[in-house]
Amino acid sequence: MTLMTKFLGAAAAVALTAGAALADPALIYDLGGKFDKSFNEAAYNGAERWAAETGGSYRDIEIQSEAQREQALRRFAENGFNPIITTGFAWSSVFDEVAPDYPDTKFVTIDGYSGAENVQSVAFSEHEGSYLVGMIAAMASESGTVGFVGGMDIPLIRKFACGYAQGAKAVNPDITVISNMTGTTPAAWNDPVKGSELANAQISQGADVIYAAAGGTGLGVLQTAADEDILSIGVDSNQNHLFPGKVLTSMLKRVDVAVYDAMTQGDGIAPGVRVMDLGADGVGYAMDDNNAELVSAEMSAAAEDAKAKIIAGEISVHDYTSDDSCPALSF
Amino acid sequence: MDFLTIIQLLDSTIRSATPLLLACLAGLYSERSGIFDIGLEGKMLAAAFFSAAVAYMTGSAWMGLGAGIAASMVLSLIHGVASINFRGNQLISGVAINFLAAGMTVLIAQDWFAQGGRTPSLMSGGRFEPITLPFADALAGVPFLGPIYAELISGHSILVYIAFAMVPLTWWDLFRTRFGLRLRAVGENPESVDTAGVSVIRLRYAAVIICGVLCGIAGAYLATGLQANFTKDMTANRGFIALAALIFAKWRPWYALYACLLFGFLFAIETRFQNIELLGFTLPVQFVQALPYILTVVILAGFVGKAIPPRAGGEPYVKER
Repeated sequence: MTLMTKFLGAAAAVALTAGAALADPALIYDLGGKFDKSFNEAAYNGAERWAAETGGSYRDIEIQSEAQREQALRRFAENGFNPIITTGFAWSSVFDEVAPDYPDTKFVTIDGYSGAENVQSVAFSEHEGSYLVGMIAAMASESGTVGFVGGMDIPLIRKFACGYAQGAKAVNPDITVISNMTGTTPAAWNDPVKGSELANAQISQGADVIYAAAGGTGLGVLQTAADEDILSIGVDSNQNHLFPGKVLTSMLKRVDVAVYDAMTQGDGIAPGVRVMDLGADGVGYAMDDNNAELVSAEMSAAAEDAKAKIIAGEISVHDYTSDDSCPALSF
Repeated sequence: MDFLTIIQLLDSTIRSATPLLLACLAGLYSERSGIFDIGLEGKMLAAAFFSAAVAYMTGSAWMGLGAGIAASMVLSLIHGVASINFRGNQLISGVAINFLAAGMTVLIAQDWFAQGGRTPSLMSGGRFEPITLPFADALAGVPFLGPIYAELISGHSILVYIAFAMVPLTWWDLFRTRFGLRLRAVGENPESVDTAGVSVIRLRYAAVIICGVLCGIAGAYLATGLQANFTKDMTANRGFIALAALIFAKWRPWYALYACLLFGFLFAIETRFQNIELLGFTLPVQFVQALPYILTVVILAGFVGKAIPPRAGGEPYVKER
């Protein structure tokens, strides 16, 4: 029976690939959804830029549940899409399972990791970008207390928090960093009401700058910060425009660049780990008209200085995921 | 823990409890009349979307509230038609409403605003702003009572006061009016109500419509009171927690208030404290986050005694010939 299914599956795959003349790339968004104004939207923007510049076309899908990960991946692979790009940390085990079955297809996992031969794992140095916004936050804070709101409590988000706390403490060793996680399930990416409550709780504890790394939940944090007239820091995409004059800056994670590069390289993608750090402009902080008045020359000079030192290796920012501990913050 | 922290904790409790309370009372009306309603979540979600969308288009929070209530009532009536006229399975109808709302809101939002299932942020006129009660600023300096009045009681949006006023109103309505007596009777023994010459169908529709109105207010509070836009699945299972609170409260209005405040308080603790130090042990945040659910299981398993639903609940009424 299983043999039969395999034959049928192979036959179907052959029939379908015959239809697709040239391999188009495909993009699979994570559970936060395509237009989260943050992580997944950055991926979408990168794909759109590629499509506009090359005139190529691509397919994308928003998965709706955990169970769809493997299904979506296999569907795209069997329909001859190449490369297939996924966003989000939760894909690692799926790739180990699926990628060896399609040796001619190239896969890219952004934030995930797989050792399979045809998978490129893109790893961002979020701790370095968070370090810089942590410095800016500590310099902008008047109360000596800054906050962090994370989405789902996973090592990746702790990596953001840890970098942020290190940056804040580098500027002001006595600063208090309050850190909260929204939840332990994927629903934590999509609960702006709870994000607001967390922001309120941190404000009542004295925080006057709050960094949200929480997908859709973060929008609630930014909203409350704007309502209560304190500053917030956005994440992944440039979120400065959401509440002009209230968002201090945004920690940029250039998911768009990773997606754009992957689509441009097509079949020539090099498997293995690709590190997108400060030196490669994979992370950074956003400056535009909306926050020009909030970030003083002194702040940006200090951040640029630290950036140069991190690239040169003079400052080393501890990566939470390297040993599951953080010297600057306890979870 | 100082006094101010407690006040802030209770303030957060009130904000978290309000949508639960409205949804819980909505379920109370419906279930007291014999219509089980697990579609509270979906109705709140639809109301959240339509209130945010209409408030954005008209610039008026009250227009938004009206649209939210209307959307929630439409879903209520669908549930009513399915379970009263067509005598369908009420649980299945409720589940269908949840699915319908989860899908339709995002679809319509994408079609209208093209922001990926979100609605644009509301400007100040489109939101229910916190209102400051009279003398709140003047009394804030009074020791003990001042902060309680200024921080805790004052400074919520009008919908919060409506929600809390609904509790005595519901109690009075259910236990002191003719309508309430009939409503309770129709949930326990619809035959006797029918024998007395009162229309079972009309009473059940009335209950279902009231349920729609209250869910509408709850959804509007989420999208235009607490937040300033709709985001997909923003109710985040609050409808189901309200349902748990309803069972917990054994379908009684005052107990519903206490149950919702308890859940609100647990949410407030969870958002305020990351890890709790207790008697030398550290309670990890995961445990605190799971607490509302653990509590529901523990309390339902024995502490409140037996929670007996209205006897005719879930049973479509068939008139005897």
